[in-house]
Amino acid sequence: MIHNVPYLAAVALAIIGLYAVLFKRNLIKIAIGISILESGVNLFLITLGYRENAVAPIYTNLPEGTSIPEGMTLPVPQALTLTSIVIGVAVLALMLSFAVKIYQHYGTLDSREIRRLRE
Amino acid sequence: MSEPSKIVKTIASIIFPFTMVFGIYVILHGHLTPGGGFQGGAIVASGIVLLLVAFGSAEIAKRVKESHLSILESIGALSFISLALLGLSTTFFYNFLAGSNFIFGRIPPFGSNPGDMNTGGVLPLMNISVGLKVIAGLSAIVLVLSLFARSRKQRKR
Amino acid sequence: MNKIAILMVFIIFSCALISTILTLRPFGEPKSTEMDDYIIKNAQNETGSNNAVTSVVFDYRGFDTLGEATVLFTAVAGVLLVLRRNAHE
Repeated sequence: MIHNVPYLAAVALAIIGLYAVLFKRNLIKIAIGISILESGVNLFLITLGYRENAVAPIYTNLPEGTSIPEGMTLPVPQALTLTSIVIGVAVLALMLSFAVKIYQHYGTLDSREIRRLRE
Repeated sequence: MSEPSKIVKTIASIIFPFTMVFGIYVILHGHLTPGGGFQGGAIVASGIVLLLVAFGSAEIAKRVKESHLSILESIGALSFISLALLGLSTTFFYNFLAGSNFIFGRIPPFGSNPGDMNTGGVLPLMNISVGLKVIAGLSAIVLVLSLFARSRKQRKR
Repeated sequence: MNKIAILMVFIIFSCALISTILTLRPFGEPKSTEMDDYIIKNAQNETGSNNAVTSVVFDYRGFDTLGEATVLFTAVAGVLLVLRRNAHE
């Protein structure tokens, strides 16, 4: 049970983000929620690739007595998380710029108001 | 809108060169230490954002045009793709420089070693091109967003 | 009605996530690691890079990085397209 605490942290982040996405009406708050949801997913990917008492897979000045490859974390989840983080930044920038544009157009950031003015 | 105080401007102009040097170090040593093109590019872009906060977007927009930034980003993307295409005699994304004793062409000894700058094949070159791309892209996004907010504020007046 | 439906979706999704992680393998003991072991052992010889993560990002999985660079480029182009014209008015 105690071994699942990092998974619990990742899922708590994901649930907080999901709450913000589902229940908030401000577009900026929805963007923040999507960002938190994304960081929960990233944390989950990283925890899946961790080994007990392992160091980062970098050979420069490796600590003495590190067993290769059992003493190193898995590199592929880390690389894919890097990809995911950069894509998250790109999506966040697009969301915020569209929120700015919507505010200029409708004068509000409330998602219900925007739906009402659709015609 | 009130101007930022003299303390903010002075501290920002002192910290800015250190941010640049640290970001460029992270980009150039991406194949030896933790980091790489994306991370170092984000650090350099955060330095530019610091300047934007301290001096205002109009001051920065006089010196840096976002069209120049998008040209720089296209240069980064094109050099990344052409580095990938250069290995096409074997496969796409083939590391043709590793072990060729040309630039960045040495193979490090297996296991723990102090780290040699002259290793890694095309990885340092790809780090540099991706770093250029990320610097230009993130700075262009933040610069355009702040310029947009400024133009709205002026129109309201 | 709409609010109750959203609440149901939220509760069902949260319960699914929590019940999944309670039955997951213990933290810190990955099961099938053949590919990662191969990369850790051979990254120095095959790519000449001390950093295995960089060798995965730019060499073993270069196509992923190409797609990521494309996404970043598209996002920057979209932001410039949406906001640039008004900046000069």
